[in-house]
Amino acid sequence: MTVFRALLVITLSVMTACSGGERRVEQGTRDGILHFGNGTEPQGVDPHTTTGVPEHHIEQALFEGLVGKDPETLAPVPGVADRWEISADGRVYRFHLRENARWSNGEAITAEDFRWSWWRGLQPALGNEYAYMLYPIRNAEAYATGKLTDFSQVGVRVIDLHTLEIELTAPTPYFMQLLDHESMFPVPRKVIEKFGTPVDRFSQWTRPGNMVSNGPFRLTEWKLYKYVRLEKNPYYWDAANVKLNGIVFYPTENTITEERLFRSQQLHVTSSIPLDKIPVYRTSRSDELRVDPYLGSYYYMINVKRPGLNDARVRRALAMAIDRDSLIKNVLDGVNFPAYSMTPPGTAGYQPPILFKFDPEGARKLLADAGYPGGKGLPKIEILYNTNEAHRKIAVALQQMWKTNLNIDVTMLNQEWKVYLDSRNSLDYSVARAAWIGDYVDPDTFLNMWITGGGNNDTGWSSAEYDDLILHKIPAMHTQEERFAGFTRAETILMQEMPIIPIYIYSTKYLIHPSVKGMPTNLLDYYAFKHIHLEPET
Amino acid sequence: MWRFIASRVLQAIPVLFIVITLTFFLVRFAPGGPFSTEKAVVPEVKRALEAQYQLDQPLLAQFGSYLTDLVHGDFGPSFKYPGRTVNELIAAGFPATAELGLYALLVAVVLGMAAGIVAALNPNSWRDYVPMSAAMIGICMPTFLLGPLLVLIFGLWLEWLPVSGWGEVSGDKILPSITLGAAYAAYIARLTRSGMLEVLSQDYIRTARAKGLPEYVVVFKHALRGGVIPVVAFLGPAFAGLLSGSFVVETIFQVPGLGRFFVQAAFNRDYTLILGSTVFFAVLIVVFNLLSDVLAAWLNPRLRAGLGVK
Repeated sequence: MTVFRALLVITLSVMTACSGGERRVEQGTRDGILHFGNGTEPQGVDPHTTTGVPEHHIEQALFEGLVGKDPETLAPVPGVADRWEISADGRVYRFHLRENARWSNGEAITAEDFRWSWWRGLQPALGNEYAYMLYPIRNAEAYATGKLTDFSQVGVRVIDLHTLEIELTAPTPYFMQLLDHESMFPVPRKVIEKFGTPVDRFSQWTRPGNMVSNGPFRLTEWKLYKYVRLEKNPYYWDAANVKLNGIVFYPTENTITEERLFRSQQLHVTSSIPLDKIPVYRTSRSDELRVDPYLGSYYYMINVKRPGLNDARVRRALAMAIDRDSLIKNVLDGVNFPAYSMTPPGTAGYQPPILFKFDPEGARKLLADAGYPGGKGLPKIEILYNTNEAHRKIAVALQQMWKTNLNIDVTMLNQEWKVYLDSRNSLDYSVARAAWIGDYVDPDTFLNMWITGGGNNDTGWSSAEYDDLILHKIPAMHTQEERFAGFTRAETILMQEMPIIPIYIYSTKYLIHPSVKGMPTNLLDYYAFKHIHLEPET
Repeated sequence: MWRFIASRVLQAIPVLFIVITLTFFLVRFAPGGPFSTEKAVVPEVKRALEAQYQLDQPLLAQFGSYLTDLVHGDFGPSFKYPGRTVNELIAAGFPATAELGLYALLVAVVLGMAAGIVAALNPNSWRDYVPMSAAMIGICMPTFLLGPLLVLIFGLWLEWLPVSGWGEVSGDKILPSITLGAAYAAYIARLTRSGMLEVLSQDYIRTARAKGLPEYVVVFKHALRGGVIPVVAFLGPAFAGLLSGSFVVETIFQVPGLGRFFVQAAFNRDYTLILGSTVFFAVLIVVFNLLSDVLAAWLNPRLRAGLGVK
């Protein structure tokens, strides 16, 4: 009896002891603390052992490369290096590091720090999944794959304390962009060696208290599953211009919960927004909604080894029978952009050729030419997608369009993510949903993956001319015009052969509180945290 | 009593061994691995990763070394989170899960027993039908519906309670606890009602009433002890269920608990984290079942006699 009465009293008192409290956004705006919805719990913050977008966000705030990016134009801006020279042949870069660049413990950053960091990033034993970002550097690939063991043959040279020279295999117009990728950030040798060997993935060096970084912010607290807290780094060379006092990153893997957190003023910025909320925000709170083009392509891959699908005419017919405008308007809430090429139009100024359009009549004719008039006799096609509501809706729409326009019956199969990757990898599918987000703003990031045997070319497709263009001809070209002509030719081959069907260009979709300033949109969804500031609403 | 406990503990060992073995091999035979990603990993890098996690060794050798580590209480390093051990991840996530489970159990017991007793004392009247219908709805309503509904009403419309969080602002633990506890409260209400009804029809209750004892003494002193036995037997599995089944509630309310990461681990093929959390939950379930059996034996003289306990 008494026990139950006590329980009742406790329960009631817990329930009544509630009050709303000040909202995080108000408080944060006042104190200069940005509350950032970051998708998932970060794997870690070691730039060499992590790969995801949430990790990328935190590392962008913690570290700084030789150069940074202008958040509006994405053009390179000085970072740890305050100036640089590029040789006439575009292969040798010389960077002059600023003398006041400091680690977050106050120690100076030198050219040797970069050389050592890249040495670490390329260690085969470390298992750095992004090591390939350093491959434009001479011999970096050979070193990372163990074919070369002498690091002095890799094109990174320390000239003096504050001068670093990099030699590339071929002129690489987008190389400056790569320098702002986490795989190129400097990591603190002394700290890493204090907590283990350089190739130790299980090291404790990134724990708050242990960690030293060189960016505008530094790590102060990490509550697993709750948040990662950063504070302004007083030793940062440009600390006077860093306006935020801190950033808190929250793991918000459920977008519905995240939207609720935003609505109740617990987050300044979200990582995403549920699709069905977009119309609501569009009509009533459009200043809080951001929908912008993103450097990513959504496409269907075709297994060109399958009977029926091994005929390019069939593949082109499938591509031409998709009404992309209708798909985007009716299925995707109008937030994406139709795609008729692998490379999103306007990538670094490149305009891909448009070689087909929505043309049911032409599609039927192609299908008939291939020997399947009215879809008769075409072997069974199945759309494979990873389990996800949006992918399912798109697959249903395409299934319907192919039925209406080509009179072919297509079935659908969804698989859990890793199972789907496995099916894709082993070519155990006929048509599969896929996507690619560009690593840098250049057509190369979208087109080099389709070379014969390319790690992501899970289509079985191969073209000698295409390989030659991507691997040899384009890298040897010097002007952007020549390169773009080369990419146009490559893209033409790709769209005539059609091992992939472009569907739409990605967009970034998220919510942002009106108090957040200095966070312009760009193709890469890149945030320069040092420029962000918070202004109370007036 | 000690012999009973000792024999149950001994029985638990083969159970846990089977759980470990099954989980170990099942996750490894699942398609895809911890390092399969959308962006193809360079083969050399993949090999290096596999070597760091000893995936390059024969499966049986991996199993052997896993068991050896396990005996020493070491769940190994996480695959998904470099630099984190599974022990650390469980230690970080479990307190919130346990606290949430405890509050939810409290909600379930208080609400459930109150409703069950009221219903049992007034069978076939509105005081029976209303709580029992509510209990039926509670059993049927999934947490992913109840949670957002409660948030909508109390968090966004009335603004009485925080929409999410755990231990950040006062009151943020209330909605998750109610959401998680509701279904169990409903179940306990039905168990209490039937247990109480059975006891209330016993001769000794008639005797107690005939003696002229006040009704509350009859109910709480005489009837309840027998009436709650089914509830007590249910509490062990219920608490284990609350702990291992809090994934949805943790996700809805951003509770920094283990459930969220247990489920993510499966999607990530984080072998050690899947295994570690499975073993950890298996141990908990075994322990709580044992506890509730002991408690039921202590409450029920007939059961005690059957076990040879004095």
